[in-house]
Amino acid sequence: MSKTQSCVHIKKEWDIVGARQMGREKAKELGFGTVNQARIATAISELARNIYLYAGTGKISYEVVNDMNKLGLKIIASDDGPGIADISKSMEDGFSTSGGLGAGLPGVKRLMDDFDIESEEGKGTTITAIKWVRK
Amino acid sequence: MEPFHHNFNLDNYRKLLKSYITTEDETSLYQAELFSKLSMQHNILPEEIINIHIQALRELYPDLPKEIDSSLNFLLETMISYGLAYQEFQTLREKQGELESEISIAANMQQTLLSTHKPKIMGLDIGAVSVPANIMNGDYYHFVTDENGNLGIAIADVIGKGIPAALAMSMIKYSLDSFPETQRNPSVILENLNRVVERNVDTGMFITMFYGLFHAKSNLLQFASAGHEPGFYYCAKEDKFFEIKTKGIVLGVTNDTTYEQFEIQMEPGDVVILLTDGVTECRVGDRFIDTDEMLEVIREYLHLPAQEAVERVFRHFEKLQGFHLRDDFTLIFLKK
Repeated sequence: MSKTQSCVHIKKEWDIVGARQMGREKAKELGFGTVNQARIATAISELARNIYLYAGTGKISYEVVNDMNKLGLKIIASDDGPGIADISKSMEDGFSTSGGLGAGLPGVKRLMDDFDIESEEGKGTTITAIKWVRK
Repeated sequence: MEPFHHNFNLDNYRKLLKSYITTEDETSLYQAELFSKLSMQHNILPEEIINIHIQALRELYPDLPKEIDSSLNFLLETMISYGLAYQEFQTLREKQGELESEISIAANMQQTLLSTHKPKIMGLDIGAVSVPANIMNGDYYHFVTDENGNLGIAIADVIGKGIPAALAMSMIKYSLDSFPETQRNPSVILENLNRVVERNVDTGMFITMFYGLFHAKSNLLQFASAGHEPGFYYCAKEDKFFEIKTKGIVLGVTNDTTYEQFEIQMEPGDVVILLTDGVTECRVGDRFIDTDEMLEVIREYLHLPAQEAVERVFRHFEKLQGFHLRDDFTLIFLKK
C-alpha cells in the first residue's frame, strides 16, 4: 500500500473552497470522471462545513490508497471539537442538526464508497471516506 | 472511467438527442420521457443524466464552444445535491413501507386484543359496528354478560386517533376485564376506570365512555356516562327519538370524580342507540349533518334486524362522506 498525504486546514468558511479544490485536483489526477469529481468535491464540502460549523477548526487530509489493485482517494476529516453524542442518529436520513439542506453524514456516505466514523464526546471526531477509481 | 451503467444508455441517448435536434418533434420528447423513466428504474441520478448529455453532445458536436462545455459542467455540479435528496427520498420511502407494515401488524393485534363477541341475550337484539378512519381504531366497544344473563355494554372513544389512541384502548379493555363481576354497576365501573386512566394516561389524552347494564329479567337499562357523545332512545309507543341525558366528565381529569347513574325502562319495540362522534359528526361537504338528519337515516333502517340495521346505517354514512371517514365510526343498537 503506497500513500502520499497532504491536507487543508479548516478555520474559516472560505477554507471549505480550498478543501474542495484540492480534493478535485487529486481526483482528476487519479482519473476520476466528471461526475465522481463532483461527488468527491461535494462530500469534502460537507465534511469541511461540519468542521467549520460544529468544531470551529480542524483539517481535511487526502491520501491516495492502492489496495489490492484498487486505486482510490481517501479523505480524512478530523477535528478536536465537541464530538458526536449519538453517531447512529447522525447517520439517519432526515437528521441534521443544522436543520438546513445539508446532505449530512448520510449524504457523504452515499457520495463515497467506504465510510467510517470515530467520535468521542468532548474529544473530537475523525471521519474517513474513500472513493475507488473504477477501471 | 464511470461505472458501466453510466454508459449503458449513451448510444441510445445520443440518437434520441440527435433526432430531437433535427426534427424538434413530439416523438423524440416522448422517447425522452421513456428514457427518463427507465433511468429512474435503474437508479440513475440527475447528475449522471447530465453527464450522459454532455458526452452525447461532445460526440455530436466535436467543436462545441468551450463556454457551453464548461457551463454544462457547472450544471452537473448543481445537480449533485438533488441526486442526494433523491436517494434520501428513496430510502425514506422504503422506511415508510416498513413502518406501514408494522402498523398493519399492530392493527391486527389490536383487533385480536380488543375483540369482543356479541352475546345472545333473550329478548334483546344487538347490532354493533366499529370502523376506524385510519388503520388503528380509537373507538372501542365491549360486551360482557354475567350468570344471570345481564348484559354490560361499554362504548368508548379516545379523543385523538391512531396508535396512541389504540394503546390507551387496550389498557381500558384490560381494566374492564379485571373488575369483579359483582361491581358491574355503571357508575362504579366508570369511577374505577377514571382512576386507572388518571394514573396511567398522559394528561392531554381524554377518553369518553358510556357504560350500560341491561337487566334481562326486568328490561331495565342502567347507565352512566363519562362525557361520552349522547346516545338516543327510540320509544316505540310514541314513535319518537329522545336524547339519552347523562352527566359526567371525561375519564382521567381528576382522580375522585363521581358519575351519576340513570335508568331507562325498555318496552317492546324500543331501541337504545349508542354511538361515537364519528357518527354524529358525519360531514357532508363543508358542514356536519344535524341530529335530525342523522335520526332520519337511522329511522329508515330501524325496522331491520339490529346487526343488519347498523351495517346499513354505516354504509349510508360512508357513502355520504365519499367513502372517506374522517373519524372512527362506532354504532350500537339494542332492540327490545
